[in-house]
Amino acid sequence: MLFHRQIRGDGDRVRLSLNAGEQLLLRDLLDQLEPLLADPDDPALRRLFPPAYSDDESDEQYRSLVRDQLVTGRAKALATMRATLGSDTLDLEQADAWLRALNDLRLVLGTRLEVSEEVDYEDLDVEEPRGRDLAVYGYLAWLQEQLVDALQPASGR
Amino acid sequence: MSQVVEAPIEVREPELDHVPIDDRPWVVIVWNDPINLMSYVTLVLQRLFGYSRTRATRLMLQVHQEGKAVVSSGTREKSELDVSRLHAHGLWATMQQD
Repeated sequence: MLFHRQIRGDGDRVRLSLNAGEQLLLRDLLDQLEPLLADPDDPALRRLFPPAYSDDESDEQYRSLVRDQLVTGRAKALATMRATLGSDTLDLEQADAWLRALNDLRLVLGTRLEVSEEVDYEDLDVEEPRGRDLAVYGYLAWLQEQLVDALQPASGR
Repeated sequence: MSQVVEAPIEVREPELDHVPIDDRPWVVIVWNDPINLMSYVTLVLQRLFGYSRTRATRLMLQVHQEGKAVVSSGTREKSELDVSRLHAHGLWATMQQD
């Protein structure tokens, strides 16, 4: 089976081609995640805001220092992704926003699904809600792999 | 000679000598998690720290196989900045003194 590549690198930009259904799906996921950011303490977001320190006092200080910045950065990345879903090219700044936004979507969905290291996509039942979510999770990984590939400098260095 | 008002001889200085000054460097650790893609973790390490692809891949594999890897070290301030940048990219990072 030949896979259509939705994302490919092109010099200092990234080519994007998402069909209407893909755009709709991603917009729906953004719709779900964006309001959650209003409450960063929501357990659904625990993987987006992990502790930096093992002792509570230091961690509290760290949180008060960076929390707002992290929330703002995430919201901005999601907004950029939303605004460019239908674009056919992304500049590197937009591509970077996509990279982080896709990862945030995967982190939140993966946390909710309690995924382990290997997801067996062979036995998915997309009629089941969990099966459908796992399929979406796999799709996001596929998009992210393409984007990482597009942004990886060509030389092995 | 003017009269000198006797001051108490014992002036209690703050006990600076007794406050342990812990100047061991801080290390930033990235932990394995089942969600982040290996290729993504590698790219993030390249971008945030300017590591070569080879070095970033080695660190990523260490995270994947051993459960964690030290990805940077330095002062507390620098480490906090590194951790926050890793957190902004969704990596599971913590910091501690070496």
